[in-house]
Amino acid sequence: MSISSIAFSNEIRKAVLKMVFEANASHIGGALSMTDLLAVLYSEILNINPKNPLDESRDRFLLSKGHACTGLYAALALKGFFDLKELDSYSKNGSMLLSHTNHKAPGVELSTGSLGHALPVACGIALAAKRKNKAFKTYCLLSDGELDEGSNWEAILFAPQHRLNNLIAIVDYNKIQSFGLVKEVLDLDPLNRKFESFNWNVIEIDGHNHDQIFEAFGKAKANLIKPSVIIAHTVKGKGVDFMENKLLWHYKSPSLEQYRQALEQLNSQ
Amino acid sequence: MKKFTYTEKKDTRSGFGAGLLDIGKKNPNVVALCADLTGSLKMDAFEKEFPERFIQCGIAEANMIGVAAGLTIGGKIPFTGTFANFSTGRVYDQIRQSVAYSNKNVKICASHAGLTLGEDGATHQILEDIGLMKMLPGMTVICPCDYNQTKAATIALEKHVGPAYLRFGRPAVPNFTDAATPFEIGKAQILTEGKDVSIFATGHLVWKAIEACEILEAKGISCELINIHTIKPLDEKAILASVRKTKCVVTAEEHQRNGGLGDSIAQLLSKEFPVPIEMVAVNDSFGESGTPSELMTKYGIDTPNVVSAVEKVLMRK
Repeated sequence: MSISSIAFSNEIRKAVLKMVFEANASHIGGALSMTDLLAVLYSEILNINPKNPLDESRDRFLLSKGHACTGLYAALALKGFFDLKELDSYSKNGSMLLSHTNHKAPGVELSTGSLGHALPVACGIALAAKRKNKAFKTYCLLSDGELDEGSNWEAILFAPQHRLNNLIAIVDYNKIQSFGLVKEVLDLDPLNRKFESFNWNVIEIDGHNHDQIFEAFGKAKANLIKPSVIIAHTVKGKGVDFMENKLLWHYKSPSLEQYRQALEQLNSQ
Repeated sequence: MKKFTYTEKKDTRSGFGAGLLDIGKKNPNVVALCADLTGSLKMDAFEKEFPERFIQCGIAEANMIGVAAGLTIGGKIPFTGTFANFSTGRVYDQIRQSVAYSNKNVKICASHAGLTLGEDGATHQILEDIGLMKMLPGMTVICPCDYNQTKAATIALEKHVGPAYLRFGRPAVPNFTDAATPFEIGKAQILTEGKDVSIFATGHLVWKAIEACEILEAKGISCELINIHTIKPLDEKAILASVRKTKCVVTAEEHQRNGGLGDSIAQLLSKEFPVPIEMVAVNDSFGESGTPSELMTKYGIDTPNVVSAVEKVLMRK
C-alpha cells in the first residue's frame, strides 16, 4: 500500500517542480507540503474513475488552498484524468490549468484561489449526499494560513450541527503562511482543541507518514457521528532540502540551478 | 393611458415566500437556505411544509452561499434567503468564486433592499446590490415590482438554469399586476404605451412611475412606461424600440445611480441610439432612519421626482 503511494508522491513532486520552474510560478512550498496527503488520497482512498470524472457516486475532493494547484493537477494527470502533456501548459494563456485551481480541468470539483471557500461548499455537498442517501464521502484539504478566514469557522460550526459524518477535512499544517510563521501572523494553537470544542472528530498525524495518513482516513470514515478533521503536521517544501521549512519558498520560483539540484534530490528518493 | 388599480397593498417578500412554497410543492429538488431570518424572508411556510428541505445556516452568510453551491449537485436548486446587504456585499467573494465563476445554479433571494427598509437605517439599506450583482459574468438580476410579480419571478426561477439574484423589499406596496400575467425572465413589460417619453422603472419605483404618468397625462404629456423587472439580461430590443419612438428617457429605481438600471440603459443608448436621459435614483449617498415614504421623498426617488425628471428631459429633447 505505502510503497505505491510513496512512489506516486515522488512523481507528483517532480511534476510540481517542473510546472513551477517552467512557468516561473509561486507556491511550490505549499504544494510540496501536501503532496503525501494527495498521494495517499488519490492512490488509496478516493473512489474515483478517471474515465468518468463526473460519476455521481464518486467521492468528492475539494482543494481549498487553491494556490497549491500544481500538486492537484499533477495527481490528476498522473491518475489519467487528462493527458500528462497538459501539465506543460500550466499557467500559460489559454490553458485549462490556471495558476489557481480551476474547475475546467477534469477531476477538479471546484475553482478555488480566494481562501476559505471550499469547506462551506464541501458542507453543502456532504449535506446533499446525506439527504439523498448517497454513500460517497466529501474531502476538503485546507491550508493552515487560510484558517484565518472567518468563513471556515462558520462551516466548522455548521458541519456538526448538521451531523455531517460524511465530511472529512484535512489541514495541511506546515506552520508557515504567506509572509510569516502561522504562530506569528495569527496563531492557531491549540488547533486540535479548537476543532474538538466545535464538536469535530480530531485525528492528528505526521502528514508525511503514509501509513499514518492511510490509517487516519480509515478512522475518519469509521466515525459515524461527527465530521472529522485530520490535522496533518507537515513541512513546507517537503522533499527538497533547501526548500524545507523556508518562508522564502511560499512565493519564490527556483532558478535553473536550483531546479536541477531539486530534481536530482527527488530522483534519488 | 391605461388605468392601473389595486385592491390591496402587500409586501414583495411575501410574494417570494408564496412563490417558494409553490415551487417547493411542484419540485422536490427545490431546497431553501436561510441565515436566521426565516420570518423576515417569509420562508416559514416552506420550512413548515418541507422541514427536510429547509436548511438553517445561522447568522453565517458566507458559509450559506458555499453550502448552497455545494447543494447544487444532483440537480438540487438552492434558494438562499437573507437581507439584501448580507446577500450581496457581505458575501461577494463567495458568490463570485463559488457561484458565478463556477456556474452553480444558486438562486440568491434578497429582501429588505433599498431605502424602503425604513427605520433600520443606513447599515441595512443597501443601494449598491444591483450593481454588484450585474457586474458578475453570467449572473441574472431580477427586481420585480409588486407581490404578484415577485411570486411569479420566484416561480420562474425554478425553471431558469444558472446563478440568479432576486431582489425584493419589506414594505406593503400596491399589488397591481395581474396574477395571471405571464412572467418571462429577460422580457420587459410594457405597462402603458405613449409617444413623448420612455420611462423605464424597476422594483418599487414602477408604481411611483405609474402615479407620475397619471399626473403627466393630465398635463398633456404622453408617457410610455416599461417595467424592467430583469435588469440583466436587459431587454435591449424592447428598450430600443420604445426609445426610437419617443426619443428621450427617464429611468427610475431604488438604488444608487452608479451601477443601477439607469447605468445599464445609458450604456445601451450611448452605443445604439443616444438621446437625452434623466435618472431618478439615489445620488451617491447612504440612507438613514425614517419611514419609507419620508426617505423616498428626502432622497429624491418619489413620484414628484419622476414627474420633474420627465419635464426636464422633454426640455432637452
